[in-house]
Amino acid sequence: MKITLKIWRQKGTNDKGSFKTYKMDHASPDMSFLEMLDVLNNDLVRKGEEPVAFDHDCREGICGMCSLYINGRPHGPLQTTTCQLHMRSFSDGETITIEPWRAKAFPIIKDLVVDRTAFDRIQQAGGYVSVNTGGVPDANEIPVPKKIADEAMDAAQCIGCGACVAACKNASAMLFVSAKVSQFALLPQGQPERMERAEKMVARMDAEGFGACTNTRACEAECPKGIKITNIARMNREYFAAMLTNYEVEAGAGGD
Amino acid sequence: MKLESKIPEGPIAEKWTKHKFNLKLVNPANKRKYDVIVVGTGLAGASAAASLGELGYNVKAFCFQDSPRRAHSIAAQGGINAAKNYQNDGDSIFRLFYDTIKGGDYRAREGNVFRLAEVSVSIIDQCVAQGVPFAREYGGLLANRSFGGAQVSRTFYARGQTGQQLLLGAYSALNRQIANGKVKMYNRTEMLDVVVVDGKARGIITRDLVTGKIEAHSAHAVLLCTGGYGNVFYLSTNAKGSNVTAAWRAHKKGAFFGNPCFTQIHPTCIPVSGDHQSKLTLMSESLRNDGRVWVPKAAMKGLKAKEAVNIKEEDRDYFLERRYPSFGNLVPRDVASRNAKYVCDEGRGVGPTGLAVFLDFADAIKRDGRKVIEQKYGNLFDMYMQITGDNPYEVPMMIFPAVHYTMGGLWVDYNLMTTVPGLYALGEANFSDHGANRLGASALMQGLADGYFVVPYTIGDYLATIGWTDKVSTDHPAFKQAIEEVNGRVNRLMSIKGSKPVDQFHRELGLTMWEYCGMSRSEEGLKKAKKKIQDLRAEFWTNVNILGSANELNPELEKAGRVADFLELGELMVDDALNRAESCGGHFREESATPDGEAMRKDDEYAYVAAWEYTGDNQPEVLHKEELKFENVKLTQRSYK
Repeated sequence: MKITLKIWRQKGTNDKGSFKTYKMDHASPDMSFLEMLDVLNNDLVRKGEEPVAFDHDCREGICGMCSLYINGRPHGPLQTTTCQLHMRSFSDGETITIEPWRAKAFPIIKDLVVDRTAFDRIQQAGGYVSVNTGGVPDANEIPVPKKIADEAMDAAQCIGCGACVAACKNASAMLFVSAKVSQFALLPQGQPERMERAEKMVARMDAEGFGACTNTRACEAECPKGIKITNIARMNREYFAAMLTNYEVEAGAGGD
Repeated sequence: MKLESKIPEGPIAEKWTKHKFNLKLVNPANKRKYDVIVVGTGLAGASAAASLGELGYNVKAFCFQDSPRRAHSIAAQGGINAAKNYQNDGDSIFRLFYDTIKGGDYRAREGNVFRLAEVSVSIIDQCVAQGVPFAREYGGLLANRSFGGAQVSRTFYARGQTGQQLLLGAYSALNRQIANGKVKMYNRTEMLDVVVVDGKARGIITRDLVTGKIEAHSAHAVLLCTGGYGNVFYLSTNAKGSNVTAAWRAHKKGAFFGNPCFTQIHPTCIPVSGDHQSKLTLMSESLRNDGRVWVPKAAMKGLKAKEAVNIKEEDRDYFLERRYPSFGNLVPRDVASRNAKYVCDEGRGVGPTGLAVFLDFADAIKRDGRKVIEQKYGNLFDMYMQITGDNPYEVPMMIFPAVHYTMGGLWVDYNLMTTVPGLYALGEANFSDHGANRLGASALMQGLADGYFVVPYTIGDYLATIGWTDKVSTDHPAFKQAIEEVNGRVNRLMSIKGSKPVDQFHRELGLTMWEYCGMSRSEEGLKKAKKKIQDLRAEFWTNVNILGSANELNPELEKAGRVADFLELGELMVDDALNRAESCGGHFREESATPDGEAMRKDDEYAYVAAWEYTGDNQPEVLHKEELKFENVKLTQRSYK
């Protein structure tokens, strides 16, 4: 296959970036998209040009590290991760435009690599059940109806790639945050901290500079793991319930 | 130096309990005076960092990815074993122990494996309490399945994403400690050396992958939870970033390397499609429950899946069913892989490269109907279709074995401490629990056992013994020197400015390892490989080309450092494979086979752990042997005929 690539190149966070055009005449339809970039990079090294930086790791669609905004869509034309996209999804002679995720809360580090640590900080704000290692009940002492467990699992499948943010015109992270809030709101293990979890995670999300949700459903349409926006509706309910409820945010000094 | 495994005396079922009681404790008020470094945030690292933070230690955790949640544990599909006996089918701690020792072809320590089976039950409790959404029955209790040929149903799972859910559980516990200020997390930071002062591990040297800054971090103890080294083969099911650097740096600072040649090669992976291939994708071995493995009786070069449907029944060779009538397509991973290689070596492989065999579901679809097969394997079939473009409901799949896991790793004692005091290795990074072959659903079990339930106990004993005042600051000359060495190495790599990209060296190394130190190994081939690796290493240091600078995000530089270490490790693997002139588990020496070509173990000569000591660059490593004693299981030769 012969293709033309228009790739965003940017030296560092504070540098000005621009598109650069590359021609490639030996792509194969069986290559994954990232393998095509590997080939490009090795060609560039041989020519003495600096290769294109992009994030990737597992290359089997589960780690969430790969990104790329391809021809105006996060992870390209299929509803899958970029690493699972193959060149047979493109036609011979096509021009392919590759950009990084674009969002204020995801600053560009270099070329196509962005900083997604805002997602980690949202999880640190409350995306957990407060149990220490050891001293927990036997696993089967916490029965969970199958339907609930399945629904929690649907939400828990989020890989944290950030495609939802990249797809959204407001760069909202509601789909990502609501997936975690939903998982724990559904499960019995999540009940004791249900209120404060929703409140703290939403507060952190806002502080990180993600936009608001205006229900365009672009996130759902692009999510490679099929996370549903019903999770956003659930998170809104959780959040409003928390706002209307009096609960203790901080435990006292303890002991006496 | 004599290797002391420190396995406690007494009956096997009491060893761990007794040992825990005998371990020294750190006073709760003093725990905050100790600093611990955890490198890697997969199942072992995240669970250890979280648990140690909860206990009150000050933890610094490091990962090279952009987030701790990306570690490659996330990609494990099948499940996690635990001896819960929830299914009332006769499982027990002893049975899980027995199966694991036997599955490892009698090359693992009894004491460690029994402890693993013992704590397996606590792991499931812990994960459920964290909110891990395991599969459940309609009554609300946990579901189990039988996995990897086990005769009991002891595998817990979360769809085909068990590793993901367990890792996100450990990540959530880690996040809680980060929020509590007990763990300081360093993303996009790679460990490039360990610092040893007065014979004890005192800290590490890291490179910030975004700014290129080289930094020193000191602590009372260092935990390496850095995974396996399967990427020495270039093509493997590992993530692209998975590497041996942390373990190898530790090895060069005095930590012995245990059984480096023990590699697991998984039979059901999607074959290589061309020279551009960057990694291999595994498909669950559950596919062999219904799929039949075959190649044409006579060589048919380049046979496509579409053409295969027209090959007459009498012209097909269902080679596993033919050679192993009682186990058929369900023989263990090592046997299935080796036989696929044999038929391809005979020139009967299929597909454009001739390195593939068919896995055919036509009979199963005829017998059970497409709907049943779709329910069982729908997502796997979809994945296959996405990657290859072929529809496995209509044409047979093509599969080929791929490197999947490394049983070898840093040698550790019962406390998970390496031969360097204060330096620990957990999870796949150590050698300890899987012997010469790992069973399905036991890697996740080991990672979490080490991190949640072993190291939090054993590290206290070491810390209490040395005392909190026994710490070296990063101002110490040893840290300064280590920083200089790391800087020197980075600068040396950058200054070569040769003509070949890093990937090309990695690919060549991988081809050599796969050809001579892969599924089948011979003395002649291994000797050839040793020479090839030495030559390639010499060329690397004169002809690799890394562009850009060292003071910025530079993926080529990251890769180069890792490949440089693989080029040294590869030779040690070859040495270890040469030394072990027996066949066991994933290690098949052509010289040690029965007359009909099956693996032959030599217990009289090789029932030991080979622990290798580094003695200097380009010097031969020194072999130390830890004898393996079997008091609770009887050694037998495996047979699947």
